[in-house]
Amino acid sequence: MLSALDSTSAFLEASVRFATPLAFAALGECVSERAGVINIGLEGSIIAGALGATIGAGAFGPTAGFLVGAISGVLIALVFVVFAVWIRADQIITGTAITLLALGLTGALYSSQYGAVGVALTTPTVGVAKIPLLSDIPFIGRAFFAQPAVTYALYFIAPAVAWWMARTQAGLALRAVGEQPEAATTAGIRPRVVQTWAVLFAGGMAGIAGAILVLAQAGTFVEGMSAGRGFIAIAVVILGRWKPIGVAAAALLFGAARSLDTLFQAMGWSDVPYQLFLSIPYLLTLIVLAIASSRLSAPAALGRQNITLR
Amino acid sequence: MTEVEGAPLLSLESISRRFGNTVALDSASMLLRSGTVHALLGENGAGKTTLMRIAFGMLKPDGGAIRLRGKPVSFRVPGDALENGIGMVHQHFSLVPTMTVAENVALGWRGAHRSTATRKSRLRSMLFDPASAAARVHEIAQRAGLSIDPHSRVDSLSVAAQQRCEIIKALARDVDILILDEPTAVLAPAESAELLNWVRRRADAGFAVVLISHKLRDALAVADDVTVLRNGSSVYSARATETSERDLLNAMLGATTARTPLLPAVEAVASNVETTLTSRAASNVVPSTPSTVSLSTRSTENHINRRAIITLRNVSLRDARGVERVRGANLTVNAQEIVGIAAVEGAGQRELMRLLARRVVADSGDATINGSVGWIPEDRVREAMLSDSPLFENTALRGASSLHGRVAWNEMRVRTREMIRAFDVRAPSVDTLSRTLSGGNQQKFVLAREFADEPTVVIAENPTRGLDVNSRVAVHGELRKARARNAAIVIYSSDLDELLELCDRVYAMHAGRLTETAFDRAMIGRAMLGVYGAMDGTSST
Amino acid sequence: MRFVASTLFRVLVMAVIAIGVLALLLAVMGYDAPLALKALANGALGSSYAVLSATSVRAIPLAIAGLSVAIAFRAGILNIGAEGQLLTGATAAAAVALAATSSDTALANASLSGVAATITMMLCAGALAGAGWAGIAAFLRQRYGVMEVISTIMLNFLALYLVGYLVRGPLQEPSLINPQSASLPVAYHLPSLVSGTRLHWGAVIAVAMSAAAWWWLRSTASGFRLRVIGENPVAAESAGRINVTRTATGAFLISGAIAGVAGAVEYTGVTYAIYDNFSPGYGYTAIAVALLARLHPIAVLATALLFGALEAGGSAMQRDASVPRVIVSVVEATFILLVLAAERWRAPRLQTHEPPTTPSSGLKPSSTGAPK
Repeated sequence: MLSALDSTSAFLEASVRFATPLAFAALGECVSERAGVINIGLEGSIIAGALGATIGAGAFGPTAGFLVGAISGVLIALVFVVFAVWIRADQIITGTAITLLALGLTGALYSSQYGAVGVALTTPTVGVAKIPLLSDIPFIGRAFFAQPAVTYALYFIAPAVAWWMARTQAGLALRAVGEQPEAATTAGIRPRVVQTWAVLFAGGMAGIAGAILVLAQAGTFVEGMSAGRGFIAIAVVILGRWKPIGVAAAALLFGAARSLDTLFQAMGWSDVPYQLFLSIPYLLTLIVLAIASSRLSAPAALGRQNITLR
Repeated sequence: MTEVEGAPLLSLESISRRFGNTVALDSASMLLRSGTVHALLGENGAGKTTLMRIAFGMLKPDGGAIRLRGKPVSFRVPGDALENGIGMVHQHFSLVPTMTVAENVALGWRGAHRSTATRKSRLRSMLFDPASAAARVHEIAQRAGLSIDPHSRVDSLSVAAQQRCEIIKALARDVDILILDEPTAVLAPAESAELLNWVRRRADAGFAVVLISHKLRDALAVADDVTVLRNGSSVYSARATETSERDLLNAMLGATTARTPLLPAVEAVASNVETTLTSRAASNVVPSTPSTVSLSTRSTENHINRRAIITLRNVSLRDARGVERVRGANLTVNAQEIVGIAAVEGAGQRELMRLLARRVVADSGDATINGSVGWIPEDRVREAMLSDSPLFENTALRGASSLHGRVAWNEMRVRTREMIRAFDVRAPSVDTLSRTLSGGNQQKFVLAREFADEPTVVIAENPTRGLDVNSRVAVHGELRKARARNAAIVIYSSDLDELLELCDRVYAMHAGRLTETAFDRAMIGRAMLGVYGAMDGTSST
Repeated sequence: MRFVASTLFRVLVMAVIAIGVLALLLAVMGYDAPLALKALANGALGSSYAVLSATSVRAIPLAIAGLSVAIAFRAGILNIGAEGQLLTGATAAAAVALAATSSDTALANASLSGVAATITMMLCAGALAGAGWAGIAAFLRQRYGVMEVISTIMLNFLALYLVGYLVRGPLQEPSLINPQSASLPVAYHLPSLVSGTRLHWGAVIAVAMSAAAWWWLRSTASGFRLRVIGENPVAAESAGRINVTRTATGAFLISGAIAGVAGAVEYTGVTYAIYDNFSPGYGYTAIAVALLARLHPIAVLATALLFGALEAGGSAMQRDASVPRVIVSVVEATFILLVLAAERWRAPRLQTHEPPTTPSSGLKPSSTGAPK
């Protein structure tokens, strides 16, 4: 009985761990989509953040790693902004190209800086920062309060983003741009400016997500280690109904799906092919999209290319 | 040009502006005085909206100067104009439908000027508080004498209420100058009168209002000053009291082309010219005083010896969101008649027209629509054309679903060539991309395509919106020709005068309900608002 | 002809810019840029071996997959899933091969016509599997309005894991040592086109498919409908009364089938087995191939050769100048971005000319149109 409790607790802990980078990326994407920009290049910002964190942490320690990771994510997002927001090229195709660009760039940079592929490089990582008392709560204590400090940042960021969207002029402007850019324009708001900041924010958050993969989880950079998390994050946003708190909760669900193997191993079902476990987040994404894709609550101008004054 | 006392509040001097190869404005000028209503008149495409968008900072002029209280100004974005006290209410509203009235009004609001504000008030102006925003809307609405619920979501409001919301949005920025772009186009007559009264009161309170219109009737009712644009130039400017309808008409249309759809009396002449081809149509030309014609005299003749082509019995239709847009509609349209649908925006006419064009299927009731349908949707660029394809491929678009095997493109080219000739579409060749055609030529092309196989039913939505006078006359001529060769025609137009001019019978639509109405401007206007008091026994069931 | 000439010119200009970007990157990363670029050029075009056995051979799957992407994009479907469809196509071909060659008697009795039939069967299985894999995304799009961009990318990952599982399970080679399928017997290889080179009959298949697609889109009613729904789904439904959903689903399936053929051709013509890294991202490169060809089926052949050269040169660059070949995808991305920029600058600026209409009123038919 004790072992069942332990394994549940371990499962929850793994869920939160896997959910953390997803939640960062998805919260950023949520802001970007509320401004009407669907940034498929999020994947690129994540992988750039991962490499940036590796380089930054190697030189100046883990904290700098997060910072460099965020900046790397912003830089990739900046390329997206130039094409998708300023030139108003197709957002989806731009995003696909940006992802390709970032995957190639990080792969090449990594091998040029750290030698041939296969040399595993370990990076200083951040440890678990246990919160006294709270982490002793049964079941959920370890899961939510014995995590790297960056996870706790989410507990503030998600509500803060929600409050900012609902209760500030800037948040109002963001939502207006995503719903009806013409209305925003005539009210004196400049959609391009709003969208630029929103996408750069998303890039920074995705960069942090990449940094978490390296600094709080893997401890090393691997080519292509983002493994589609940017695309999964977009599904997380949809499941979270474009609301920050909902997005954070949806990320937790995906984290749980990814952690099912810990639960299964504890139950002794070890003959299930491991590819199945690896597939679960992608399968779940498809299922979630099928259930939640009705566009009723999506920003009306999401993905729109031509913002015309009338 | 009329002399103006003192320094004008806003002066636009020799403004010019091009779009690609098209000259939209060529030396357009206008002087706006404080405390006046200034009517900016002109035909569709004359450049009225473009000129005002320049004044509002939405467009940059290519040449000319703007002076505000004598001082030269230049606005990069609408925000600059708003900060200088210029607000604009657009013909297509610029509201966020999913937000509340209060949120819409607060949008883009920056509060007190940065230089004078304390740090605390600056911080507060960055926040958005729903309660205080609603209170503010309430206060502005009260002061301006406009009724609105600050907490309603905009997409739940009527068109008239949305317009009030737009006006309040502008007033909330403390504007001295309010520009209204065709404000009555979307309103029923009674609502229009109410709005125009409000405009008058606003000017009497010392503010300035610019009223963009192509309707003399509206303009002369309230304006102090009048400026007329023609082909992008200001050709006439006067005090309203010192001018006449005749002068304004000549100015709008040019003295040589006094054929105009603007006044029934003049239009009758134009109609006569266009329709002498067919005696049948000529007998149906709009009389010079349409308001005196009753339903009975027009329709008794119509119901004899005609077969019903379209019959709707208790038809209902829901949209994708499940909202019932057409409720229990009954309608009969016979061969050789043009039936008009009068409605304010969002009354369900959009859905009704698509039902009649067999583009959607009724949810309940019996809908019989016999024969082939010619379909002229309002937004031709979006719904009827392939902008980046050559004309001959656009020809193939009609009936594309029933094509099989290889497409006979050479035949399509020949057919297109014939269509272009018959309908006088100005296009260099059949390989021309349709987006390079002018709006009028695009519409004539769509008409030519849809009429090519002489359909028994023609459904047309605002068929002359945005067209110049000549194209408009041509389109009306083609519709009358179609009637003459036995088609049953249904037209929706947001312009009541166009319906009165063209139709044999008129139905009014309100909140999804369809009612046959007497051929009378005032009665149709009441029916559009759902007031049927004067319609005893004439509603068709 | 003018289209071909102007496209060629554009591609040339873009190639110069892209190579410039590559040179800059190489220099920044501290590589010997001239040496690397020379290795790239040699590996791509330096010898008849490079042209016929490297560049052209790599161009074949790129051309077929590029065609798949071009057709989908023409119909307004953003199928990013060529990679997954290609993988499942190859896997299905391998499964057919396993079944057809499992018994010794089948091998011994293999006549010429029998071999031809088996190869045809493998290609058809590839097409079916590709269509089926795309069909999942097509179904989710049609039934639930799921954005095909996301679903096809998810399906790419799933295909990758599926192959990973199969080559360690049901399809693993008999000795059960290597994670790959049994090698395809020589008799069933696609025959060589030029003896002494690796260039195989897949090239003929690619050219034939391009020509067929070009004719289909240009001359037939169904091809016209496909173009119409891609250009303006609203007008297709309203003025053309075309069933947009059905046409789009059909185009999606055809696109998937073509990508599946690409996988099957690569399997029967080049690799003769499937394994984890069967495709070095052909399905993603295909997007650049199609966009650079401006979605023209014939032009796809030319741009596939260009990217084939880039892939071949990239391998040579890694071998001879130790430059990681993954840098090639930066060049591909640069190409895509250049195409996007060029399209935008070419596009007419209709701003404020014609007021855009309010979003669709939500009538049933239009709501089933292309979810974008």
